[in-house]
Amino acid sequence: MKSRDLAYVALFAAITAVLGLLPAVPVPGIPVPITAQTLGVMLAGSVLGARRGGLAMLTFLAVVAAGVPLLSGGRGGLAVFVGPSAGYLYSWPLAAFVIGLLTQLTWRRFTLAWAAVANLVGGVAVIYALGIPFTSLYGDVSLSAAATGALSFVPGDLVKAGIASVVAVAVRRAHPVIELPGRRPAAG
Amino acid sequence: MTLSLYVPVASPVHRAPAGLKLGLLAALAVALFLVDRLPVAAGTLAAVLLAGLGAARIPGRTLLAQVRPVWPWLVVLLVFHLVVTDWHTGALVVLRLLTLVAAAAVVTATTRVTELVAVVEWLARPLALVGVRPARVGLVIAMTLRFVPLIAERAHRIREAQAARGATGMRWGVLVPLLIQVLRLAHTLGEALDARGADAPAPPPRRRAAASPP
Repeated sequence: MKSRDLAYVALFAAITAVLGLLPAVPVPGIPVPITAQTLGVMLAGSVLGARRGGLAMLTFLAVVAAGVPLLSGGRGGLAVFVGPSAGYLYSWPLAAFVIGLLTQLTWRRFTLAWAAVANLVGGVAVIYALGIPFTSLYGDVSLSAAATGALSFVPGDLVKAGIASVVAVAVRRAHPVIELPGRRPAAG
Repeated sequence: MTLSLYVPVASPVHRAPAGLKLGLLAALAVALFLVDRLPVAAGTLAAVLLAGLGAARIPGRTLLAQVRPVWPWLVVLLVFHLVVTDWHTGALVVLRLLTLVAAAAVVTATTRVTELVAVVEWLARPLALVGVRPARVGLVIAMTLRFVPLIAERAHRIREAQAARGATGMRWGVLVPLLIQVLRLAHTLGEALDARGADAPAPPPRRRAAASPP
């Protein structure tokens, strides 16, 4: 990995942190308000690609675990990694990786539609696929009960996937970061 | 914004090695799920609180502030179990959760960020076999901490510029110019690092020298 890649990884870890500083939108009836933070997960994957995107999320989690309160609402430390919603956090590196993978696969013709597919599969489906079973195991509640509880986050996540897709397509045009192997112009 | 949850006090808990505290926390997380007797779980919570409030002298308010985000979950879980299963399971689940969150908060409050980053670097050492250099893990974390205020400041500046041009209320309109700006910045930073030799190959591992024929 080049130093530039390290800087990109650190950058998206930091962007995820800054998105957590935005005030959360409280939704009546849900214990946790909707935050902009998973937008950082989606952007990391769809701008940096699989490997760097996943590493950016690992870095973010490492910094939070080290006691820097960068999660939305000023949360941080190891406590957030052992709570009932910790499964969602653990899913972030994988989510960014999957988004990045799908983005790389469609990079040559990366339209809004492909971006949306990547962000919905990686940024919504993967996160719930890990988060719901974790809550269920942790709280001794049935899978369906945990899934019902998570259902209220879906509208917010769909909006975030939409925003991330629009931004990813625009950034690709102005400052593409992903380089596909093999097709680079031959070095002279 | 405080950039650390560390509470500076001189205590045996603070002096304990960060790796040991993290190891104990991991062991506790596993052990608590094997326990299904209420008195044992309650006793563990009491021991954790004793260590945190007593031995480490963490202010009760600080500990409470870290536990507060999980309150809604506790209530939801307790109500769910009262309705669906029984009070025993409910109490056990809530006790487990409280104990773990409190223990994690104690570790965070008694261990400096730099010490925990050192543990992260140490944990990353086996990754050297697949080409990851632990020192660069520390570098990435340092860059992340520096980028946070920088990005917040850039975002603020772009919003001001947009407002000056009459664009109000377009909150997400900040994202694209912000990302392009900071991506260029990261690109330049990477080049600057390379220019200072940050991409120089790592010194060869010692064991390779020992294994080579004389």
